[in-house]
Amino acid sequence: MSETQPVGAAPPAPLVRRVRWAAGVIWLVPIVAALSALSLVIHTWRNEGPAISIAFESADGLEAGKTEVRYKEVAIGRIEQIELAEDRSHVVAHARLDRSAESFATEDSRFWVVRPRIGTSGISGIGTLLSGAYIAADAGASRRAKREFVGLEQPPAIIAGAPGRKFALRAADVGSLDVGSPVYYRRIRVGRVVSVELAKDGGHLDVDVFVDAPFDDLVTLSSRFWNASGVGLSVDARGFKLNTQSLATVLAGGIAFQPAPGSRDDAPAPAGSEFVLYDDADTAMAPPSGDPTYLRMRFDQSLRGLSIGAPLDFHGVVVGKVVSIELDYDAATGRFPLIVEAALYPARLGRAHDKIVQQTPNDNEEIRTARLLKSLAAKGLRAQPRSGSLLTGQLYIALDFFDRAAKVEFDEAARPIELATTTGSFDKLQEQLAGVVDKVDRIPFESIGRRADHALAALDETLDQVNGSVLPELTTTLASARSTLSTAGATIDGDSALLDSVGETLSEWKRTAQSVRELSDVLQRHPESLIRGVPADEPPVERKQDSKQDKRNER
Amino acid sequence: MEQAAGALTHPPRAASIGIVACGVCGRVQSADTTACTRCGAPLRRRKRDSIARTSAFLVAALIFYVPANVLPVMYTKVLGPGSESTILEGIVEFWKSGSWDIATLIFVASVGVPVTKFLVIGTLLVAAHRRTAWARAQRARLYRFVEAIGYWSMLDVIVVALVSALLHFRALGTAEPRLGIVFFGLVVVLMMLAAASFDARLIWSADT
Repeated sequence: MSETQPVGAAPPAPLVRRVRWAAGVIWLVPIVAALSALSLVIHTWRNEGPAISIAFESADGLEAGKTEVRYKEVAIGRIEQIELAEDRSHVVAHARLDRSAESFATEDSRFWVVRPRIGTSGISGIGTLLSGAYIAADAGASRRAKREFVGLEQPPAIIAGAPGRKFALRAADVGSLDVGSPVYYRRIRVGRVVSVELAKDGGHLDVDVFVDAPFDDLVTLSSRFWNASGVGLSVDARGFKLNTQSLATVLAGGIAFQPAPGSRDDAPAPAGSEFVLYDDADTAMAPPSGDPTYLRMRFDQSLRGLSIGAPLDFHGVVVGKVVSIELDYDAATGRFPLIVEAALYPARLGRAHDKIVQQTPNDNEEIRTARLLKSLAAKGLRAQPRSGSLLTGQLYIALDFFDRAAKVEFDEAARPIELATTTGSFDKLQEQLAGVVDKVDRIPFESIGRRADHALAALDETLDQVNGSVLPELTTTLASARSTLSTAGATIDGDSALLDSVGETLSEWKRTAQSVRELSDVLQRHPESLIRGVPADEPPVERKQDSKQDKRNER
Repeated sequence: MEQAAGALTHPPRAASIGIVACGVCGRVQSADTTACTRCGAPLRRRKRDSIARTSAFLVAALIFYVPANVLPVMYTKVLGPGSESTILEGIVEFWKSGSWDIATLIFVASVGVPVTKFLVIGTLLVAAHRRTAWARAQRARLYRFVEAIGYWSMLDVIVVALVSALLHFRALGTAEPRLGIVFFGLVVVLMMLAAASFDARLIWSADT
């Protein structure tokens, strides 16, 4: 600035002012830069949502800094870091969620890795073949914050907020059912299995199914669910039966449901309703069985053809099924009786059961059944193995009344309830046949044969005699008989004198007989003629003449 | 002594003999004219507020250099998960994948050049402000060097622009610019402005 001094005094004043002003303005540039950088920092900081950690079994396909967390295919966060858990049992992915996705860091949110999956229910996640795996999120309803999650290994079957209803099924066995198995209504796919879990006591399985809207209204309180998995080929006392729902269920398993036959309760079942998952359509459609009461029966005969599950039949109604067959040994008799246990469903007795319940409403079902069976046993109720199908040779157990059955003690307190038995119908037939065979066996065929042999020998001798002596004599006799006959024939020949005279004698006899008749006629009409002689009227005479004339004519 | 020797050995300075050269057309004229008699451009002995402007641009560039390096500059997605990468991440990635030549080139263009410019211009500014006579010839050479390499920093911006324009194959691969490259571009522009607003004559003006 020292250089300006020698130059004139007038110009410097405005120049300095302008410099100061311009110099001030130029500092706006770094200020604006600082402000924009600051705003960027604030924006980033404000946009930064919660940091969460998700535990997975493996980090397959996950990449720190690249893998996104998505909800409905919208990125809501990103994996920042992946590390191995301290005990090396799993990996922990640390993700940073967006500010807007803060609601995903709550208690019931679920996270899982979307990878390409090929399953029986279809192919999913194909897009991730190219784009790489990502973590899918599903928000829950909870508002309680949570930062550490355990990721699902399988994608959940339902996403929160999906229209439809969830139902709980109670199953004894799930077969090939698995999460994602389809649910069918009249063979239309309407939902899927959401979870399969063993009950805490291990007594049954809890299967949750989700039925999509609008089909969820089809689930009514009277709906029956059954396991439509696989191919059901059953051979039982009723013959062969092959059941399939669809080819897909053969592979993947599935559940089908339908309203119970004849039900009028069409009100849609509320979400979370509990149903029983039956083993097959027949069981499902049968009237509800209720809880079984167990019977024990002891048979002293072979039960070949009786299988577990064979029906227990009462007057043609299947009231239960065989659950176990065991061999026992009776040291006293040295025999091997069979102990058959069967589940009896008293409810299947229908109205009969209802009436019994009405009579003793306070009793427990087992006591009631025991009492009922006691009274029935006194009337002759016995269990009897019967042949159900001659084709398959299957047996079933029939409960029937046998009037001539021997009286047995019925122990009402025994559990399982013991029911007296009687031999099978087929066995009875066998026994009778055996009796017949036995009797036939007792016939002394040997001695009979021997005697017959003797008799035949004697007969042979006799015949020999006949041949030797009787027959030649018989021949001569016959010859003489023939000559006698020919003589007789000549005698009665047509033109012989004998015949002529016989003919005349006969016609003479005829005439004699006629005149005797006339006489008797006259005497009948005129009995007095015996005394007075023939009356004056002529007719008899005429008749006599007529008859004479007739005779002449005849001749 | 030095001054006397200078006065003896060197031609006189423009200021001392009352003349000024036009910054645009180069015409030398009387120092009391305010506009060039040939081209009409305003006549100044030195660039206006050179030090203040240069420092302002330098500070702004320094501020922007932070987000330019922290924020991702490009989003690329090629047969796989998309990823956003900052400049340094890109360099590391190239280096790791074996393309050390490209990594070096990008490093030089995006880190080496700007940092060098910051340092050089900063040094020049400090020296000019102090009016020191230290290493004048070297400083002048440095200034020319900075002006020469300045635009090579634009390499990054051009790479991003080209890649985003060319790589558009939807599912197979896409590339999109991200905010970081804007800041980086601003850094380059501000540094060029800083270099342009620095008056090299200030290097020499101290000895008067």
